[in-house]
Amino acid sequence: MILLEIFLTFVKIGFVSFGGGIAMLPLIDYEVTQNHGWVAPEQFLDIIAVAGMSPGPAATNAAIVVGYTVADIPGAIVATLGMILPSLMIILIVAMFFFRIQHNPIVQSAFYGLRPIITGLIFYAATVFALRNGIIGGEKIVEPVYLLIMLAALGLFFFTRIHPVFVIIASGVVGILLFG
Amino acid sequence: MQSEQSIDSSLEKEGKMKKLFAIFWAFFKISPLTFGGGYVMIPLLERELVERKKWVKPEEIADLFAVSESVPGSIAVNSGTFIGFRLAGIPGALAAMAGAVFPTFMIILTLAMLFMGFKDHPLVQAAFMGIRPTIVALIIVAGFKIGKTAVIDKTTLLLVLLTTATMLFVHIHPIVTIISGAILGMVLVQLKNLIKAKKEMGGDQA
Repeated sequence: MILLEIFLTFVKIGFVSFGGGIAMLPLIDYEVTQNHGWVAPEQFLDIIAVAGMSPGPAATNAAIVVGYTVADIPGAIVATLGMILPSLMIILIVAMFFFRIQHNPIVQSAFYGLRPIITGLIFYAATVFALRNGIIGGEKIVEPVYLLIMLAALGLFFFTRIHPVFVIIASGVVGILLFG
Repeated sequence: MQSEQSIDSSLEKEGKMKKLFAIFWAFFKISPLTFGGGYVMIPLLERELVERKKWVKPEEIADLFAVSESVPGSIAVNSGTFIGFRLAGIPGALAAMAGAVFPTFMIILTLAMLFMGFKDHPLVQAAFMGIRPTIVALIIVAGFKIGKTAVIDKTTLLLVLLTTATMLFVHIHPIVTIISGAILGMVLVQLKNLIKAKKEMGGDQA
């Protein structure tokens, strides 16, 4: 039963999706490209691109696109439910019993380790995606143009206040001009 | 007597439905504005919840965001669920969550349909060749943003580097990595406290 499988996969991810958005992409990538083989590894970056073009949390958006590619609209619905159900349950428990959980020293010390690990995971994801798509070498032949686009985008993100969506759209136009 | 009571309860019911709808609507309105996810919407949420709706006191909002960040899920949906629960119990939490999730679900579903429909078109493929490097850049930027709060000393900097290197060369499930991060944090803080206590004791003896 593919719907149940999608649902359970995203419930699993939903329970550990600390940091909400982009931090969870390596996890979703691992589950859908390696564990289940629902999406081809080189297609996953495109899914993130679609997720990034829409408002809302990147992880849930990516889950919805994956759900839709695997099992159409029902797939998108169960993927969403899977991602939000663990949050809902944990929030209800926290809200009922210990609202000031973030001041608890044990919780604080857990986050002392959790935050850098999640940061490391994000940089790992960036490296893997760059390797996979020939931006910094690896499986495909390196296209210097890709690296240039990436550096240009980095510059815009770090030094200007242009909204990321416009940078994504602009790079799409650049792609059409160069490769179309 | 009895009829009065039933009027009262039906009024109460209507008030409750109104309240639930108000909660749903507040988050329905903010949700599509949250391009770029969580952190972008914090000022928007603050304006709506503290200044306009007055559902949250100004001194509570930082705590609300901190706790929303401490539980799994996106900060926007999480803070909505918290406020919904406080205002109207479990139905309130569900109303807020539905309001926060539904608009972006429809938008992303439309985009996914367009993407699946046109992904084999040569122009779309060319566009994505330009977009992919930008997405990698976006992920790097997210890493630096979270890194700013994560790296507070040498130990945490080492943890970031070790995690990236280990994940690249060793086959570990990311869930295992995340859970060991939390455990490692608790152990490290304990160790640091022990070392600190020992140093202080040593200082007393000398």
